[in-house]
Amino acid sequence: MIRSLFGNGRFRLSFSLIALIVVTALVGPRLDDRNPLFAVGGRYDEPSSQIWLGTDAIGNDVFLQLMHGLGTSLYIGLVAGVVATLIGVAIGTLSGYIGGLLDEILMGFTNILITVPTIVILVLLSVALQNRSTLLLGVIIGVTSWPWTARAVRAQTSSLKTREHVDVAKLSGAGTFGVIMREILPYMMSYVVMAFVLQLSSGVLNEAGLSLLGLGPSQSISLGKMLQSALQGEALRTGAYWAILPQTILLSVIAFSLLLLQSSLDEFFNPRLRRR
Amino acid sequence: MAALLSVQNLRAAYRLANGVELHAVDDVSIDLREGEVLGVVGESGCGKSTLATILALNAAPPLYVKSGTMQVQGRHADLTESDPLPRSERGKLISTLPQSAMNAMNPTTRVRDLAYDVLRAHERTTRKAAWGRAGARLEQLGLPTRVLERYPHELSGGMRQRVITVISTLLDPTILIADEPTSALDVSSQRAVVEMLKDLLARKIISGVLFITHDLPLLRHIADRVAVMYAGKVAELGPTERVINTPEHPYARALVGSILVPEPHIRAARVLGIPGSPPDLAAMPKGCRFHPRCPLADTRSREEVPPLVEVGDSGSHFAACWRTLEARQLLAGNLVGGPDGRVG
Amino acid sequence: MDASVRPSHTGVQKSPVDQTQPLLAVRNLNRTFGSGANAVAAVKDVSFELYPGEIVALVGESGSGKSTLARLLLRLLAPTSGEIQLLGKNVTHGPKTAYWREVQAVFQDPFASFNQFYSVRRVMLSALGVLQKQPTRAERDSRLRTALSQVGLSESLLEKRPYELSGGQRQRVMMARALMLAPQLLIADEPTSMLDASLRVSILNQLKDVRDATGTTLLLITHDLGQAYYVSDRLLVMYRGELVDTGPTEQVVAQSQHPYTRALIADVPTLH
Repeated sequence: MIRSLFGNGRFRLSFSLIALIVVTALVGPRLDDRNPLFAVGGRYDEPSSQIWLGTDAIGNDVFLQLMHGLGTSLYIGLVAGVVATLIGVAIGTLSGYIGGLLDEILMGFTNILITVPTIVILVLLSVALQNRSTLLLGVIIGVTSWPWTARAVRAQTSSLKTREHVDVAKLSGAGTFGVIMREILPYMMSYVVMAFVLQLSSGVLNEAGLSLLGLGPSQSISLGKMLQSALQGEALRTGAYWAILPQTILLSVIAFSLLLLQSSLDEFFNPRLRRR
Repeated sequence: MAALLSVQNLRAAYRLANGVELHAVDDVSIDLREGEVLGVVGESGCGKSTLATILALNAAPPLYVKSGTMQVQGRHADLTESDPLPRSERGKLISTLPQSAMNAMNPTTRVRDLAYDVLRAHERTTRKAAWGRAGARLEQLGLPTRVLERYPHELSGGMRQRVITVISTLLDPTILIADEPTSALDVSSQRAVVEMLKDLLARKIISGVLFITHDLPLLRHIADRVAVMYAGKVAELGPTERVINTPEHPYARALVGSILVPEPHIRAARVLGIPGSPPDLAAMPKGCRFHPRCPLADTRSREEVPPLVEVGDSGSHFAACWRTLEARQLLAGNLVGGPDGRVG
Repeated sequence: MDASVRPSHTGVQKSPVDQTQPLLAVRNLNRTFGSGANAVAAVKDVSFELYPGEIVALVGESGSGKSTLARLLLRLLAPTSGEIQLLGKNVTHGPKTAYWREVQAVFQDPFASFNQFYSVRRVMLSALGVLQKQPTRAERDSRLRTALSQVGLSESLLEKRPYELSGGQRQRVMMARALMLAPQLLIADEPTSMLDASLRVSILNQLKDVRDATGTTLLLITHDLGQAYYVSDRLLVMYRGELVDTGPTEQVVAQSQHPYTRALIADVPTLH
């Protein structure tokens, strides 16, 4: 199974990219123990052999910041993805399996959340909190982005619950929780994994969005905060491309490889989509 | 009688990802005659649906045709090619009637638009003209024209299958390949579809039907001849009544014997089915492919592949079994000039 | 058939069964789906009894309501009105696990009724979930062995996964799963409709053998009159949600005066 997964070129590409990014995020900061928030030069020093990617508006080493910021961004994305997937799966399965009034209430709530722009809730929540740790930020992003997962999981659940093995489990005395955990969830694990990958990618991007608005994590550096400081410091107008391109490219690569991973997994789990 | 469709030496295999080839159809030659319904019957995995797919010219990877030619209305086609017949001519020559076709259909398409799509795929036409033609055909076959306005889910299963039959024959195809068209239907709807196929033949809208099914008794009501398939080969071929009443191949005999019909003899004794299961395509038995399940198998059956040879006197009944052949030779030796050389 | 003494193959003696008392009695059962103008009555005022040790076939075309009736009888679906009695006791509502100790099922699709992540052993043992007290390991093993032998399967199958089994084997495993509980009633909802003709016969023979060996009452739901005719003692004919005809199988097939039953028989393809 693993072998045939690696037989897919797009999976190999996205997996290698993600592995590279994760390893960089884990190893990078350990290679250089200087504080990334400590100035090493002047405003927008050009890249040189000492400072590979130059400095930003306040003289910080861009490369050093990138190494540290990458980890923070991924961490926030991961927390957001886990939280959103857990809530989405819980609400989706309960709503789809139990149905009736509970379904109406849960889906009504979900639909309201979908119609309200996520960013508005995110901004309100973030503003309300004085100290935004990276963990808290991840949780906040997570609790605002589960509705799509919930809707998709609900649709899957309501189709899976009519399958005969669910009836067999009921005749064996399995309760609601048992049926959901053993008869429904395993059948949509592939689906949940794919939804999680998408949530991961949108979590990373949401962090960037919030940081751009100045609502990023306090007392730490992230890809989003680097973008924000580059924009505030007018890096574009000054022509300091090295202060804005690296984090932009890195964010794009993260989003791209996660989407590619999702689509290759989709192809793997649904052989009908495979190209001839 | 002239053959409408003649298929020679058809071999086809499914190629797995690991390079292994599973031979689903192995050296099958059949003729379909003018005005005839030829039934193809067998258990799942016997190759009957693969045969239908190939003859409908729908073979696509991982299914590969290894050899085989087809003659249809004087046209010669090499089935190993990717496009054996030009697309423009296909619709008029061969059409397919699949099992529960409408379930796979877009539920937001009305019947009339489906008719338009089918016609448009093969000729220049307008919506109005297509609807008109479909309406006239429905009327001719005694179905209400208002079904044109309906969506698939609004029709009952039986009506759906009859409507799809009308649509798949709108182009007056010479040959209709019906792959388990009635398997999802209850008996009353089955009968309606069968009657409609007969009507289409009587009106010469179509000239021949290849009717694929696992339901042998149903064939008695529609097929002129029956081909019994087993593990990718034709085990027996003959007029329907002969195959059902006096099957020659042990597999055909077992198949007939395991049919449950509401007739008193069925309750009189225990019906015994067929022991074992059809062979795995990846590990095909040597010799006669039925030998592991056959009560009559001998050394020769286990070693040599039996040819499909004539077993009747009418030149129309064939079976591929060494033991049947031996018994016939024995009888022929003893009863020279006997009135009927059939083996019971 | 002799069903006055119901041998219990597990050694657990159930309450003695009175031949004249129905095992299951259904009184004016109704089930309507939807409401108002869209209401569809899938099961209309159905009443009948099943007696201990009988094989009864419920026949009808698709959409006749026979599968809805099966789900009502299995208490997987609640009736709109009406009553179900098990050995004279009203069991229409209330706890289901006790009911499922006595009434079990085999379903139509041998692939979908298997949890594909489970081994045969796990599927079979899961049935014991409805028991009040979990049996000892020794008793579990003995139940496994008995159930497997009742359906003619070997114990070597226990560790297999569903995808390693053929359709016929899966259906036998599902039968064995139900038999783990030595139920009084086994409801088989189209158990053979997805199998080949040669396998159908053997599954039906197996069901018959189980009845003969254990006295389990059997309700066979099918659209195939041929199968019903082969195996059943009594027929129930369902049409558009109603029970329209009933009687000993041979009598119904040979002499029924009901127009729907006659039409149904006339439409069945025959061999002679």
